Amino acid sequence: MSVLIYIENRDGKFKKLSYELVSYASQLAKQLNITAVALSIGNVDEAELKSLGNYGADKILDVQDDRLNVLVNKAYTSIIAQVAEKEGADIVIFAHNFSGKALAPRVAVRLKAGVASGVTALPGSLDPFTVQKGVFTGKAIANVVIKSPVKVLTLFQNSVEIIETENKASIEAFQPVLNDDDFKTKVLDVTKVTGKLLLTDAEIVVSGGRGMKDPGNWGPLEELAAVLGGAMACSRPVSDEGWRPHDEHVGQTGKIIAPNVYFALGISGAIQHLGGVSSSKHIIAINTDKDAPIFESADYGVVGDVQKVLPALIQAIKEAR
Amino acid sequence: MKILLCLSNVPDTTTKIRFTEDNTQFDTTGIQWIINPWDEFALTRALELKEKGTNIEKITVINVGGKATEPTIRKALAIGADDAVRVDAEPADAYFVAAQIADFAKTEDYDIILCGIDSSDYNGSLVGGMLAEFLDYPSVSSVSGLDIEGSEVKIKREIDGGQEHIHTELPFVAIVQKGISLEPRIPSMRGIMMARKKPLNVKTPVEAEALTEFVSYELPPAKSACKMIDAENLQELVGVLQNEVKIL
Ligand SMILES: Cc1cc2nc3c(=O)[nH]c(=O)nc-3n(C[C@H](O)[C@H](O)[C@H](O)COP(=O)(O)OP(=O)(O)OC[C@H]3O[C@@H](n4cnc5c(N)ncnc54)[C@H](O)[C@@H]3O)c2cc1C
Repeated sequence: MSVLIYIENRDGKFKKLSYELVSYASQLAKQLNITAVALSIGNVDEAELKSLGNYGADKILDVQDDRLNVLVNKAYTSIIAQVAEKEGADIVIFAHNFSGKALAPRVAVRLKAGVASGVTALPGSLDPFTVQKGVFTGKAIANVVIKSPVKVLTLFQNSVEIIETENKASIEAFQPVLNDDDFKTKVLDVTKVTGKLLLTDAEIVVSGGRGMKDPGNWGPLEELAAVLGGAMACSRPVSDEGWRPHDEHVGQTGKIIAPNVYFALGISGAIQHLGGVSSSKHIIAINTDKDAPIFESADYGVVGDVQKVLPALIQAIKEAR
Repeated sequence: MKILLCLSNVPDTTTKIRFTEDNTQFDTTGIQWIINPWDEFALTRALELKEKGTNIEKITVINVGGKATEPTIRKALAIGADDAVRVDAEPADAYFVAAQIADFAKTEDYDIILCGIDSSDYNGSLVGGMLAEFLDYPSVSSVSGLDIEGSEVKIKREIDGGQEHIHTELPFVAIVQKGISLEPRIPSMRGIMMARKKPLNVKTPVEAEALTEFVSYELPPAKSACKMIDAENLQELVGVLQNEVKIL
């Protein structure tokens, strides 16, 4: 009887979302009076593994294998299913991101489990097991009942508090059974930027739209991001035009983010754009058009030209420090 | 090579969402239906590859849905898919849908199965992965590039902060996202005419369970009005960053 959490690592380190997952799972495990077991796959050192105990993991299972330092969907699925069986998992939890979206559906079929994906809170009811999730790309919330005995959840970022507890976790190595059939996909090469704050990790996001008018006009945005320690983002037409890289595109068809603060600069606030950013805690908009729809979704707004307002704002921020 | 493309029929992205029957049903009155945006990207890529002269014999689209989804399926045919299958059942949940598609895919030897990373209605991000598992095929998700050279498939996968090039054995399931193709296409008049003659086969569903149920809906809490700050008084915005957002 347990809640099993799959914990991804990036170059051997865990991210905030992983600790959110453990906090969520340990609260759920308490409600159900069962244990919270975390599973890490890939090379992660002992101190990092142990850190999962700070948020309520009772047991940490560690699978290390050099073939598993990149995501191999079938192999990972086999491992998670094996651990789920060994630990008698009633609920298996993933992050609603790159790895969770790849693995949760496969694991669910293996375990004949129903899935609620992008869950935003602890269950409203344990019987029937009912959770909330966003639907219609942020436009509505649904209550979903999972009817199968084993349940799979993927947790939406920034939707639960991280809660520290006394660390009582034990770490155990787990030796999965894998065969060649699990490795039919192979990663040939990897290109990665290092040292750059990733958009999906950022608490502060500075985002520009077509209102910036020219790829040469992004200086003040980059400066604001640098001054605040934030990451850059953009609307779809901006990345389609090649003004900014594709990995900065946020919205319904781009990245979905939920930072502490989102600066929407020269962005009109189209519904498809909002689909990717409306879960941000605070939205601050600057737009020349006082009737721009973005002001209906923003918490704070300034009517004005970004090229004039931003340098003044940066100056004022520097003075306030 | 043969490509199977999973198509979800979704409300236009600008739709105002409403519910009926005490907030237990999505209100479909007056809705404009479209091909799910990611499935459209996938279809566009499949056509680009076919036109490039790679050895693609056939692109089949499959949808699980009632008769009402046929105009959307016909649109995919008009854009350029060769034939279509509609599994005649309401798409009860992702598990049910994936089981239906798997049953069809088993009968034909498709080399590449394409799915969008998300369906813009229920935002599950589930069908592609579930389908791969039902079929015991390898799957690659977050695919932002797909190419074919001879019998070799080249895949680009987006990872956090970078990209990977991936080799896979066939058959496999590619779960695709933005970057996979250029602009989606608009059906031409000729395409629309031709689509009428292309096969759209209706398949009886197999026995499968739904493991989840969407029992009720709510709209997000209304947002409080935007607080407007004068462009001449940015001190006030700095105050917000200090006291409300707490980042200074
Ligand atoms: C299926 C589908 C999916 C889509 N997915 C996405 C998505 O994921 N993300 C996304 O962003 N869009 C998406 N879109 C596109 C979306 O509908 C909008 O077209 C897009 O978001 C508009 O981008 P924008 O706000 O940058 O540009 P615009 O709508 O052109 O807005 C520019 C804004 O800048 C303001 N402005 C101009 N000059 C200045 C200045 N000097 N200072 C301040 N403000 C200024 C203008 O008043 C205007 O409000 C999608 C559309 C479809 C159909």
